[in-house]
Order: sequence, then structure tokens, then C-alpha cells
Amino acid sequence: MARTVTTSRRTVNTVFAGALSLLMFFPVLWIVILSFKTEGDAIKAPFEILFNTGWTTESYGAVQARSNYFKHFSNSLIISLGSTFLGLLIAIPAAWSMAFVPAKRTKDVLMWMLSTKMLPPVGVLVPIYLIFRDLGILDTRSGLVFVLMMINLPIIVWMLYTYFREIPGEILEAARMDGASLREEVIHVLIPMAIPGMASTVLLNIILAWNEAFWTLNLTAAKAAPLTAFIASYSSPEGLFYAKLSAASIMAIAPILIMGWFSQKQLVRGLTFGAVK
Amino acid sequence: MATKASRSAARLMISPAVVLLLGWMLVPLSLTVYFSFLRYNLITPGTNPFVGWENYYWFLTDPSFKAAMANTLLLVGGVLLITVGGGILFALLLDQPMWGQGIIRIMAIAPFFVMPTVSGLVWKNMFMNPVNGIFGHIAQGLGVQPLDFFSQIPLLSIILIVSWQWLPFATLILLTALQSLDQEQLEAAEMDGAGSLSRFFYIMLPHLARAITVVILIQTIFLLSIFAEILVTTNGGPGVSTTNLTYLIYVSSLLQFDVGMGSAGGVIAIILANIVAIFLMRMIGKNLDA
Repeated sequence: MARTVTTSRRTVNTVFAGALSLLMFFPVLWIVILSFKTEGDAIKAPFEILFNTGWTTESYGAVQARSNYFKHFSNSLIISLGSTFLGLLIAIPAAWSMAFVPAKRTKDVLMWMLSTKMLPPVGVLVPIYLIFRDLGILDTRSGLVFVLMMINLPIIVWMLYTYFREIPGEILEAARMDGASLREEVIHVLIPMAIPGMASTVLLNIILAWNEAFWTLNLTAAKAAPLTAFIASYSSPEGLFYAKLSAASIMAIAPILIMGWFSQKQLVRGLTFGAVK
Repeated sequence: MATKASRSAARLMISPAVVLLLGWMLVPLSLTVYFSFLRYNLITPGTNPFVGWENYYWFLTDPSFKAAMANTLLLVGGVLLITVGGGILFALLLDQPMWGQGIIRIMAIAPFFVMPTVSGLVWKNMFMNPVNGIFGHIAQGLGVQPLDFFSQIPLLSIILIVSWQWLPFATLILLTALQSLDQEQLEAAEMDGAGSLSRFFYIMLPHLARAITVVILIQTIFLLSIFAEILVTTNGGPGVSTTNLTYLIYVSSLLQFDVGMGSAGGVIAIILANIVAIFLMRMIGKNLDA
């Protein structure tokens, strides 16, 4: 039974929730505004900025000219897509077999995989750094693809596992009875049913990889630096140039902000390992 | 029923993931433990003699370790307090009937998708800068002395920035849990004359207990490793007032090149994280049976 709510109560709710949400969103909104101002205008008082200054797109051009935004953007893109799809390649068979051919120890294996995620990155910073140095893969994109694939692999396996488990086993059995081989079973039955779950897994992991800011900061210098490190280079002295910092920030977060909005539900599931649905 | 052939096929399919994760865990972990017993500095090459517990001794008795532990606890505790408390209230509010729920919710969760280096720098410069930041302008407008956030209340400033990033996460998870609450139970309680406060404490809060625990545990895992926000705002300073354990280990290993000391710190960080992890794993493990 739907609850009947008076219009006035609904209005009060909307005003309160809207105001609070706007407050949370305000920093993002504010840098959008500042990114379209000149440097001189961007440090004026907020009221002045909003009502007494002009608009310009010069900061966006300046960011690209100063620090080659597109190089860092493509680094971010390659690292997050690469690590996600490599992870998917390894995780799909593992999650498939755990969901459909569970053994006695499946639960232990899953829990163990999860436990690797609990390892604080700083605990293995030194050896990873030295191994990377000795292998000559410090500051390379392939090195970062590997690291981010490894740190997100448990999440990918887990998410796929929870999605696969929701696929009714009877359907697979029916396909098997009709004489489908394992390969046919996977291609014609399993994959079509699993695509929504795989899509959300991909989405969440791209977001996580894009925003990862421990390994990307510590294992890159100039060459392979993704956007996280690119922005960190603005900490001084360019932090004083508000319009350029704003433009650079917007260009770094916009793609993921948009993707994030489409993946709210998957976020909950992926980050709580299915404990909250 | 699975056949023998499908069982061995299954094992074959799991093995790449298991082997990779096993290597990823064991190789660096055993190296960290090994290095932690050596006198090993990258600036002074040569033999790296075995020194027993020396690194641990120096790491644990260093006054900055004590400060870093306190800062880590304050940072994790402070952010948890703000995000869980605020998250419950925010989730309750967003669960109410309203217009434009979609757009309101989108705005509320946006901070979670902002990368840590961006939120650190934006808050530091555009908001907390005493001269040109918004808070500075507001203070000037009101005729009061602007607060210099990062020299007067450095740790609290970091706590506020990190809370802004994680409040959406707590809100989103608690909201999801709240929406699975049986509405008829609430209505029945209302008809029996339960006020909104007792409905909250006796029906909603027990229902949320599990989600709250999950939020606390997962956030703790991430909050113990806060790094980028400190790097771009204070560099751990002034002094060591915003240095947490993660940052302290980063300083000794990658800035002072003391591999032995950094590794000893790393082992300690791993032990601490494991204490939290055990509780989290137990929660998730229980859910797996259900």
C-alpha cells in the first residue's frame, strides 16, 4: 500500500534534501564556475565572481598548453581500461566455476581472495617499488596496468560471482541436456544472461582504477603519469592559479563523474562485496 | 550434479586468478618482512647486514610513530563519526517522498567520484585558503579574522575533506539498506501508536545495524590508507601534525630511502589492518551462507 503524503510535507522534504545535496555538490559546481573565469576574476569574492565577471574558456586551452593534458588523459584511459579488461579475462573463468561448480573449498577461496584486498598498500610499497625499479617498469603504463589489475581482481571476481550466482542453474542444465557443449553453453546461454552484471563490474572497476591515487602517485614520474598525478603536480605553485586548477580538475573528474552517476546501484554491491544489496 | 571432468575444468579455470593473487600477496609480503630485519638504505649501497629487531625498535620508539598512530586514529575515528552519523540522517531524509529525487541523489553522491588529488587541492585552495578561499571571503565579509585552516587546525581540515568524500558512500549504502525495510512493519508500528523516534530506534536502527557495520569496516580499510589528500595539502605537516601511518612509511621509504625502516613500518601497518579485516571478513562470510 502506498503511503499518502501531503503536498506540503513533500515540499518541505524536497527543500531540505535539495539544499543539503546542493551543499555536498557545491565544491564541484564551484570549480565548474571558476574554470570559466580569468585568473584575476577567479580569486575575487564569491558574490563578485557570480554576478560581476565575464566568462572565458581560456583556462582550458592553457591547461593543455602547460602540461599536455591529453597525454595524461590517455594514460588514465589506458591504465583503467587495460587493468579492468585484463582483470575481467582472468576473473570470468574463476567466477564462473565458483558459481556453477562450487566445491567444498569455494567459500574459503573467495574469502581468501577478499583478504588480499585488506592488505594495506603501504605494507608492500617498498618491495613493489624495488621490483619495479629492477625490472625497469617504474613509470610505465604496463606496470600500472598490472598493479591496478591485481588490486581490483578480488573485487572483479566477487562482483561477477554474485551476479553469476543469480543466474538459475536450471537454465544451464537444460542447455546441457539439449546437448550444448561447455563452449556453447558459455557463449549462448551464460554470457547473454551475464552481460548486465559484467557491464556494471566493468563500470565500477574503471571508476576505481581511474581514481586510484596511491600506486599511481608512487610508481609514476612524468611519462606514465595518469590524471591523479597530473593534478597533484598542480599543488604548487600553480595551485595559486585558481582558474587553471579548476579547468584541470574538471577535465580530470568529468568522465568518471558521468560514469559514476550511472552506476550507483553497482557501487553499493561492489564495494560491500554483496553484503548490502 | 557436477561431474568429475567439470570439477577439474573448474579448478583449471580458477587457477590463473589464484596463482596471480597468491604471488601478488606472498612475494611482496615476504620481501617486506625480510627487508624489515636488514639495515638497508638506498643511499648507502653495500652489504645489507641482518640487524634483528633494530628497525622495529627505532620505528616504534620514534616520537613521530606515536604522533602518526594518534593522527591515524583521529583521522579514521573522526571521519567515521561524521560519515556514519551524517550518513544515517542524510539517508533518512533522502528516503522520504520528494520531487526530483533522482537529481537530488545524483548531486549528493557526486563527491565520491572526485579523485582524491582533486578534492585535496580544491578544498585547500578554493575553500580553505585564508586569503582567496571562499571561507576566507566569508570571514572578511563578516569582519572576523579568517581561519588559516592548514596551520591552525591541520588535522581537522583533512578530516573534513575526507569526510566530504566518504559521506556519499555511507549515505548511499545506508539508503540502499533503508529501502529494503518492510514498509508495512513501519505502518503497523505507527498504527499501534509508536512515535517517529521510537520507530527509528526500535525498527529502523536495528534494521540498519548490519549496513552500518559494513560501512564502518569498509571505510576503515580505506581510511587507514589515506595518502593522496595529505600529499597534496600538507605533506604531513606542519611538523608531523597530519602525518598518518601510511604517510610516515612513505616518508621513510621513498623520501629517506630507508628500506629497512619503511618495511618495519609496513609490517606494523599490515598487522593493524588485519585486526580490522578479521571482523569484516567474518561479517561477509556470514552473508555468504545466507
